[in-house]
Amino acid sequence: MVLLLQYTLIFASVLMLVALGGCFAERSGVINIGLEGIMVIGALGGALVMKFLPISAGAPVMVLLTILAAALFGMVFSLLLAVAAINFKADQTITGTAMNMLATAGATVAVKAMNTAASGGNDVSSDIVYTAAKDLFIVRLGTFEFNWFMLVAAICLAISFVVLYKTKFGLRLRACGEHPQAADSVGINVYKMRYAGVLISGLLGGLGGIVYITAGVSVWKFENGVAGFGFLALAVMIFGAWHPLKIALAALLFGFFRALGNVYSGFDFMMALNVPSVVYNMLPYIISLVVLAFTSKKSRAPKAEGIPYDKGTR
Amino acid sequence: MKKEKTSLIRNDGFQTLLASLICILGGILVGFIALLIIEPSGAVEAIFAVLKSFFRYPGKLMLKYFGQTLVRTVPLIMCALSVLFAYKVGMFNIGVAGQYVAGACGCLYAALAWNLPWLPCLLIGMVAAAVLGAISGVLKTQCNVNVVISGIMLNWITLYLTNLILGTVKSPNSPYTLALQGKNPSALLPSMGLGAFFNNEKSVTIAIPLAVIMAVVVWVVLNKTKFGYELKATGNNYHAAKYAGMKENRNIIMTMMIAGALAGMGAGLLFLTGIEDWETTISSVPAMGFNGIAVAFLGGLSPLGSILSAFFIQYITTGGGNVDLQVYCSQISSLISSLIIYLCAFVAFFKFFLQAQIRKRDEKKAAALKAAENKEGGEG
Repeated sequence: MVLLLQYTLIFASVLMLVALGGCFAERSGVINIGLEGIMVIGALGGALVMKFLPISAGAPVMVLLTILAAALFGMVFSLLLAVAAINFKADQTITGTAMNMLATAGATVAVKAMNTAASGGNDVSSDIVYTAAKDLFIVRLGTFEFNWFMLVAAICLAISFVVLYKTKFGLRLRACGEHPQAADSVGINVYKMRYAGVLISGLLGGLGGIVYITAGVSVWKFENGVAGFGFLALAVMIFGAWHPLKIALAALLFGFFRALGNVYSGFDFMMALNVPSVVYNMLPYIISLVVLAFTSKKSRAPKAEGIPYDKGTR
Repeated sequence: MKKEKTSLIRNDGFQTLLASLICILGGILVGFIALLIIEPSGAVEAIFAVLKSFFRYPGKLMLKYFGQTLVRTVPLIMCALSVLFAYKVGMFNIGVAGQYVAGACGCLYAALAWNLPWLPCLLIGMVAAAVLGAISGVLKTQCNVNVVISGIMLNWITLYLTNLILGTVKSPNSPYTLALQGKNPSALLPSMGLGAFFNNEKSVTIAIPLAVIMAVVVWVVLNKTKFGYELKATGNNYHAAKYAGMKENRNIIMTMMIAGALAGMGAGLLFLTGIEDWETTISSVPAMGFNGIAVAFLGGLSPLGSILSAFFIQYITTGGGNVDLQVYCSQISSLISSLIIYLCAFVAFFKFFLQAQIRKRDEKKAAALKAAENKEGGEG
């Protein structure tokens, strides 16, 4: 039971971070389908720190630098979307899809090159191992493994809520996603606001990536990307109606179903059902489809999302 | 002579071609830079290994690899047709990857479990994929679920389901499904003697001409029929189509079904050649569908352009296997193709820029002409 709670919390943290990222981008008017790719690149940044920073650096330094690296990698990668979607008015869906492919291919090439060079051609895998560093993120409270990332996610949630709903910046950001022409007419720089939205989504998406790959395992094969988690996060965002607090609740729900896949073998009654393990793998995706089918009808997406800003239109 | 040149650059098709070539060059350039960063000494050789692809092999072997490249181009063309068909109706069919998987699942199961001949197998694959497309379509029209999101979810669901289903017909001592050649040769696509042109490569079958025929059919349906016109009208303006009396929801569901069937057919045309078996333990959605997206956009969203761009993408993917794997990795070609799609997102901007330049030049010319006329008028 404790294990289920632990996995639920950690997967919910991932989904919440990434969904909040998506929320910032869409609230500013840019659809970020590329979150999946941003997660991969963020994960790569974090994993590199965890691999190369000596364990003797201590937990606080390790946690801080890993987070910084993941966030920075995510932000830099999200610039690809920002430049294309905001400056060049490119199709945001194509750009996002390309970013997802680019991230997996790029990360695979980079990690393979690194492994190949380090081993003199013997190790051509795309794996990064971070077993020792991973322990520094965990505080054991009895059998429950508290992960510092859970706290990070909670802080990000609080900050996101305050920024979006209690600050001038948040109000302006939301205005750009609803009616950018109106925002512009009162002197708000729509381009800057959208850049801010996309960069914040890169930051949160990158963070989500490193949390995801350290959630259950201590080796990550970058060829596999992040298994559609970025898209699950988008479902969480839609289900959470683009609102941070509702996103948090939605993330807990989805995190629970994802966690079931990891720990169902620990429950006798679930083993007795004799369901193949792939069913548990499919569960989060099926649930999200069903949930979306019921909640999308009256979805309140930001009105101007996905439409490149053109000063000339009314 | 000069007049012809200007009219060429004004041609929309030519602008698309130019944009695609720029995208390809950009992708190759960045790929080359990546190779330089990994290991500068062999980078030139490596990029030429990618670009030469099967041409680096001597005579007969080259023909064999050329044949295999064509065989693998077929599903790419079909996936690209699926993507562009849906895109013309205003939907981004990212579910093409899952529809491709469903097609593979349907045709391989029919072939291995029921021992059916190739035509029913292919049709079952297409139906399975069409059903998947229809689910996306129904979710869109009835529940307003974004096609991209439902497509992605269905991709993963289909992948796990396929591994489960095809796990029942897999070979006992490997993760791969049973080989068609041994279990049910009647399910192999007929070659009609085409293999003779490619050094008797067995995997070369009627799949290749079929894919080209399908591309023509898609072009005709989209551009020359009332049905295609209605679909495009629905895509351009959903409400206007509804107002004009078109069955807008039916059109969307039909589109997704057709898109699905095209992708499913692509999977059938690959797996029923026996060139490869399904690996029942794969943990990520095959890249074929996503590459189909790249192909469709690189081909300027035209069925005939897709044939060329599919061949190109498969050509460099085959080439990716040629690099010295002790130093580089074959994913360098995935990197190049993903960069190409990223650059394709700029095509609209590029065309806009080009047209603005042309217009500016025209205006300047017109102004000069007018000024000259005025001058003449003044003198006279």
